[in-house]
Amino acid sequence: MTRWAMVADLRRCVGCQTCTAACKHTNATPPEVQWRRVLDMEVGEYPEVQRVFVPVGCMHCADPPCMHVCPSTATKQRADGIVTIDYDLCIGCAYCAVACPYQARYKTDAPSFAYGEGPIQSEAARFDDGRIGVATKCTFCSDRVDAGLEQGLTPGIDPQATPACVNSCIAKALHFGDAEDPASNVSQLLAENQFFRMHEELGTDPGFYYLWDKKAEGAA
Amino acid sequence: MSFGPRPWQQLHWDERAAANFILGGTGAGLLVAWAVSAAVTPVWQAYLLAGMASIGLGLGAVWLEIGRKLRAINVFFHPQTSWMTREAMVAVLLFGSGLAALAFGLRALGFVAALLALGFVYCQGRILHASKGIPAWREPSVTAFIVTTGLAEGAGAFLAASAVAGSAHRAGLAFFALAAVARVLAWSRYRARLEHGASRRALEVLDPAGRMLVQLGTIVPLVLAVAGLAFSEFAAPAGIFAGLLALGTGWALKFVLVTRAAFNQGFSLPKLPVRGSR
Repeated sequence: MTRWAMVADLRRCVGCQTCTAACKHTNATPPEVQWRRVLDMEVGEYPEVQRVFVPVGCMHCADPPCMHVCPSTATKQRADGIVTIDYDLCIGCAYCAVACPYQARYKTDAPSFAYGEGPIQSEAARFDDGRIGVATKCTFCSDRVDAGLEQGLTPGIDPQATPACVNSCIAKALHFGDAEDPASNVSQLLAENQFFRMHEELGTDPGFYYLWDKKAEGAA
Repeated sequence: MSFGPRPWQQLHWDERAAANFILGGTGAGLLVAWAVSAAVTPVWQAYLLAGMASIGLGLGAVWLEIGRKLRAINVFFHPQTSWMTREAMVAVLLFGSGLAALAFGLRALGFVAALLALGFVYCQGRILHASKGIPAWREPSVTAFIVTTGLAEGAGAFLAASAVAGSAHRAGLAFFALAAVARVLAWSRYRARLEHGASRRALEVLDPAGRMLVQLGTIVPLVLAVAGLAFSEFAAPAGIFAGLLALGTGWALKFVLVTRAAFNQGFSLPKLPVRGSR
């Protein structure tokens, strides 16, 4: 089995937001919708203050609360773990948005554009009315993953098969791959480093891992 | 350890969603209150109709909130796990049996509708409980609170209406007292369990509404009810005020719970990055 997962190395992320921009460019999301966000956290109190940049978005949970609550079955989970939304089924009730512990879901009730009421040329070309009034979120660029697999490429290794945010990361902080394959890039990273997942206590089994330190010598 | 962006109030569900919990709970409670005291209640059709109208208005309000209104029928697609689907299905059965009761004059079907109303308000409690993104909602005891406040509000509406109509009776009063006490117990349990689970800001807005519910929505109405029993000349106004206070404070608390106390939990980092280690 395959389970696509994202790994963010918190030691490497510099908060440049290039992943956010790449995601917006790739997915043509409207203003204020950021499927890939980078939180800028200031932790501690003077003089012991640390700044941490934390990429967040849909965690593609193995047990996604958004899918369980969805009354229309618009939210589904693929066999490879990617959580999807069928825009043609979604009624825009936003129940998934209040069920998501990661604030990863958005609902845009009316078209909105970067510069005023009218779209600029690129926005007009890529506007999708099907996304108005429904829930949207990060797709792990499943179209790129699927197209790449059809060409025999490896998601996470070959850029054409890899999510845009990962491709764009200037610090190699973001990684994508198959967490079920022990030889994959993400499995290697998880084996070599200490990691955590966000709000793990809720039992959602997120598919987004945060590396925070290397493993101690000899640690399993 | 929890750091980073502070929890913020969810904005996906607003007053329209709150109206569904408010009117749906009250309507369901009204149907149950009528069923409990049906044997001594004249004009039963009026209560049945009022209860269904309240539930219908609540559902209409939440329909106004959804993004794709013409697809509302899709709400029925996921009974396996979605409490919203179950709520909608129970509502259909409730309206079917209630309208049939009215059309054919069959009180027995009215009792079926009342039973379904209990299921309806239970679904509403579970809808909140399943919202894992909102700590104040996902607390399991929220279900008991939503059910009992629906019953207390409905019993309050029933008491006030029957007092106005001059048909108040002890069965309705007893149910009202029972529902009010059950609600305050459920609220106390829910609030106690929120102490370490919900955001401090959520508790800050819930507590004033909670105090109103205890004092104005429980203690004062019960005192009024006892006074009404002791002094029959005051029974009607006492019943009206008692019922409206129980109703209004329940509405206020649910409004706050949905639109003011629904903070998410923000983001947390159990570990901080150890830079320079790689």
